[in-house]
Amino acid sequence: MSGKILTLAIMDGPYESTCSTTAFRIIDAALRKGHSVKVFAYEGAVSLTMKAQKEHPNPAHGTSAEDEHHVLTKRWVEGLYELAKKHHVDLDWVNCGLCVDERGAGDWVVGPTRGGPADFLTMVENSTNTLVIPSKRNS
Amino acid sequence: MSRYLLIESRDPFDSRDCDWLYETAKGLSKVGNEVTVFFVQNGVLPSRKGSRYENYLHQLSLYNVKLLADSLSLSERAISDRHLVAEVSISNMDQLVDLLMDDQLKPIWH
Repeated sequence: MSGKILTLAIMDGPYESTCSTTAFRIIDAALRKGHSVKVFAYEGAVSLTMKAQKEHPNPAHGTSAEDEHHVLTKRWVEGLYELAKKHHVDLDWVNCGLCVDERGAGDWVVGPTRGGPADFLTMVENSTNTLVIPSKRNS
Repeated sequence: MSRYLLIESRDPFDSRDCDWLYETAKGLSKVGNEVTVFFVQNGVLPSRKGSRYENYLHQLSLYNVKLLADSLSLSERAISDRHLVAEVSISNMDQLVDLLMDDQLKPIWH
């Protein structure tokens, strides 16, 4: 482990923006390099960890859920926790509590914890660097 | 002097404010800062040879702005090495993380 910590703030919900995928890729690369990662999931991003996500068939293509082989964001988060364990580094994923309550998104996979913007400040103060990935707004 | 990492995820043909990022990169470099622009997602589209932004990227390189493009984003959009503007280097998440782990670097996502 490097002793370095990267904090990310993410805001996009699952299946809405490529930014979520890029955020997962950044976290994955950081963990593999032996860095600890802190994630502050804000707004729609709190739904990334929802336990109720499930695969589904695609009637338009006539494919089953198995054929579709969906990537569920909750599985990705679970995989990142396993990766952190494998590399002996920490993944600290905090879901914004108010954002969770607004969305009824409180039932999530093992790992993430509930917090608030004050936790994000603490994360920033205790990290090597911080990247904020805001929701995309066209202009 | 400061070090800046500007991460461009947007397509300038879709988001007019990409010009803001290019101008910011140029301006920061002009006053002596070290600037890297990392293109990811649709942000890689202007780095295709023949794009109307080709000359723009050339101008940025003249201001010593380092230009990197995410390999996965490029391949998803069928932009191979030979289709890439000369000033843009192929990069990846490993290099992005290496840049981010510099505690003096200021990263800005667009």
